[in-house]
Amino acid sequence: MSAPQRFLERLPARSSDEPSWIAARRQAGAARFEAVGFPTRRDEEWKYTDVRRIAEGDFGLAIHADYDRARFDEQRLALDDAHRLVFVDGRFSAELSELDSLPNGASVEPLSRAIDQDAEAIGGALGRLAGVDFSPFTALSTAFADEGAVIRLAPGTAVEKPIYVVMLSRANDVPVMSHPRMLIMAGANSEATVIEHYYGEAEAANFTNVVTEVLLDRGAIIDHYKLQEASLNDLHVASIHVDQTRDSRFNSFNLNLGGALVRNDLVADLNAEGAETTYNGLFFVQGRQHVDNHTLVNHNAPRTFSNENYKGILDDRAHGVFNGKVYVKRDAQQIEAYQNNANLLLSDRAEIDTKPELVIYADDVKCSHGATTGQLDEEAVYGLRTRGIDEAMARALLTLAFAGEVMEQVKLHVIAERVERAVAGRLPERFNLADLVETAEAVQEV
Amino acid sequence: MASEEMEQLVRREYKQGFVTDIESDTLPPGLDESVIAFISQKKGEPQWMLDWRLEAYRRWLEMTTPSWAHLDYPPIDYQAISYFSAPKKPEDRPQSLDEVDPKLLETYEKLGIPLHERAALAGVAVDAVFDSVSVTTTFKEKLGEAGVIFCSISEAIRDYPELVQQYLGTVVPQSDNYFAALNSAVFTDGSFVYVPEGVTCPMELSTYFRINAANTGQFERTLIICDKRAQVSYLEGCTAPQRDENQLHAAVVELVALEDAYIKYSTVQNWYPGDEDGKGGIYNFVTKRGDCRGDRSRISWTQVETGSAITWKYPSCMLRGKESVGEFYSVAVTNGRQQADTGTKMIHLGENTRSTIISKGIAAGRSDQAYRGMVKIGSRAKGARNYTQCDSLLIGDQCGAHTFPYQEIGNSTATVEHEATTSKIADDQLFYCRARGIDEEDAVSMIVNGFCKDVFQELPMEFAVEAEALLNVTLEGSVG
Repeated sequence: MSAPQRFLERLPARSSDEPSWIAARRQAGAARFEAVGFPTRRDEEWKYTDVRRIAEGDFGLAIHADYDRARFDEQRLALDDAHRLVFVDGRFSAELSELDSLPNGASVEPLSRAIDQDAEAIGGALGRLAGVDFSPFTALSTAFADEGAVIRLAPGTAVEKPIYVVMLSRANDVPVMSHPRMLIMAGANSEATVIEHYYGEAEAANFTNVVTEVLLDRGAIIDHYKLQEASLNDLHVASIHVDQTRDSRFNSFNLNLGGALVRNDLVADLNAEGAETTYNGLFFVQGRQHVDNHTLVNHNAPRTFSNENYKGILDDRAHGVFNGKVYVKRDAQQIEAYQNNANLLLSDRAEIDTKPELVIYADDVKCSHGATTGQLDEEAVYGLRTRGIDEAMARALLTLAFAGEVMEQVKLHVIAERVERAVAGRLPERFNLADLVETAEAVQEV
Repeated sequence: MASEEMEQLVRREYKQGFVTDIESDTLPPGLDESVIAFISQKKGEPQWMLDWRLEAYRRWLEMTTPSWAHLDYPPIDYQAISYFSAPKKPEDRPQSLDEVDPKLLETYEKLGIPLHERAALAGVAVDAVFDSVSVTTTFKEKLGEAGVIFCSISEAIRDYPELVQQYLGTVVPQSDNYFAALNSAVFTDGSFVYVPEGVTCPMELSTYFRINAANTGQFERTLIICDKRAQVSYLEGCTAPQRDENQLHAAVVELVALEDAYIKYSTVQNWYPGDEDGKGGIYNFVTKRGDCRGDRSRISWTQVETGSAITWKYPSCMLRGKESVGEFYSVAVTNGRQQADTGTKMIHLGENTRSTIISKGIAAGRSDQAYRGMVKIGSRAKGARNYTQCDSLLIGDQCGAHTFPYQEIGNSTATVEHEATTSKIADDQLFYCRARGIDEEDAVSMIVNGFCKDVFQELPMEFAVEAEALLNVTLEGSVG
């Protein structure tokens, strides 16, 4: 049996109540996945990422959503007033979710419920951006997807509190896979902050294949955070697809700390004037972690703007990949597109492969990209040491400062603090953030 | 500028398009082992050379055309190409300019290359390649005094077989890529340079390539070896007559720099780019690679690419010796329907190796241009450094400029920087010039030349002058 067939064997029997359009799409997804199989490194898009660990795995499907409440509360972001939707290995947990205080005009619900109760309303949008031919993983997702989060905002609705979607991964007896979908439909001039948070038990070794679709109507503003802190054995493939109309704004924060093998695809289509996208990314990898970020901005209309800043910190034998592409369509004039990727190598055996691409078919554009890779500035280390800071502390401070440029864009303090704490705590000397901050403040006073 | 005037300029005829009528000793189109044997025999090659060619040919048969480049062209029928064409009577080649066919000299005159004058005045030895066979070589004696070997590759195979055997194919192996394999099987000529230990080549070496007889692909093979502490500057320049059918050019250039050696390789390429619909231009699929084999060796590529319908070219450096240096300076200009996918590879293997990449791309008309480069830092390349800057200038709204820089970094002590920008000539820059009485065409020319300055200043003097003129000619009429 081929690897795709082994995966598709796990497809559960569906009830006959399921709308026929979903069944048809499942079939198309399965057929496509079986036809193309898993990507190999011979595919340009997967040149640096070997997915054999996924293809050779044998993953079941979770049957329940039990998770220890105390542990959940201890690990989650301290966002007590957030609208919360929780999934455990892809299954919806009503018990851990919290959706009481949503304002009028906003709807946040699990995909299974949306399909049951309101299939018509989401049928057109679901899968519109993430087609089965985007990648073998979206095809696989289309075959399996039955759960996830559906967020709908009526025109003019502003959701003040963040919408917090938690995807937990358990240490199961047998590894499981999940194929959650995120569907965000933001009406004209609506506004919200959405957080996707991935974490779980330290021993978990599951495969998560998530597809997020974001549709922004005129003037809609979405801040999207993807905080990925999965266990160091988890395999994680994600794609985020964004469709923007006039004057809409999409701000992405893609923060990757966990996972053994992580692949993120971000695709934003700027389809009308005034649309603007910002991609902020940070990854910090150690051990033998592998993180691959592929980003694409399609400037399909004149006067659209994009700004991208990705930073990577790599230690031990970790492997990072960055591929950022800016595409400007013919006649899409007066574009501004900026892209930057900076990488910090902390170890001799870490590897980074970066490819910032520009594909431009219009002339009245301002496009630039930069990519740098290097180590900490020894003069800066020396500078700190002359102020009485020991070398390890100096390096830790400078490493955090390197991440700072991205982190200071993060508007949610809880997330910024969590990421900085994690980076500080995982540096070889296991710094306590408070000590570092204290040292930094002392230096500033001097 | 008035659009009428612009149209007129865009439609200008290729200034250097004409055909020299010299009877060619040409093989009928087609490629098989007997064709290769014919070429080898015609060249009076030893058996090992024929075996080497046949091995390459057999490998080539198993390979497929690369499709990854950002290029669009119809499939090439390799059986429709003639693989050998030589000027009449190759056996009794002229020994001096006086004996050269006056028509050939006339051709050079038309191209603005008065061979004898230029050679004498500029102190340049010219190994003119006319339709695959070297017709005349000058300054041989002076070079001989210094111990420098500068001859056609065919002569080198005959006269210096041990040097050729030692180095040929060691930088670009036979099966390196599709076009290199084809070249290895059927190459008919090219230059060979050997600069012995400690010698600084007394003059700049120059070869003017010229493709002539219709339907003959030109397969040059150039091999330059710089021994320890030796230095050489090599110039390559090309023009081609106007033709209707596409002409394939698949050259291979190999450079070997031993300890403390320095090779500077400059190219001005102005082959026929095709007519306004992109028909008939040259396909330029070239493999150029330098091997910094010795410690502290240095290889510098400078190129000005204005011609060809399609350019597929990545002059590269393998930085193996400690503290070796690789450089790549490039100006690529495309107009009309030209397509160019060009760039470089810097492979850092030795400690403290350094590389610099400066690439300036100018796209006009309906042309498409891509910079494709790779910087690879091996895990043992401690302290390696790279600086890359690639800027694109778009002229007109129907062209495309693309950047595909690959960076593979496997060493934490490496420092790699890459910057790229894409923009058009700013209105305020133009306004500034025009307000001072400079007309638009001259203003654009000034701005573009300024944009390319970092590269032009790397060119040898006489080439720099030619390059600037070429740039102006290529861009004429593209600004409106």
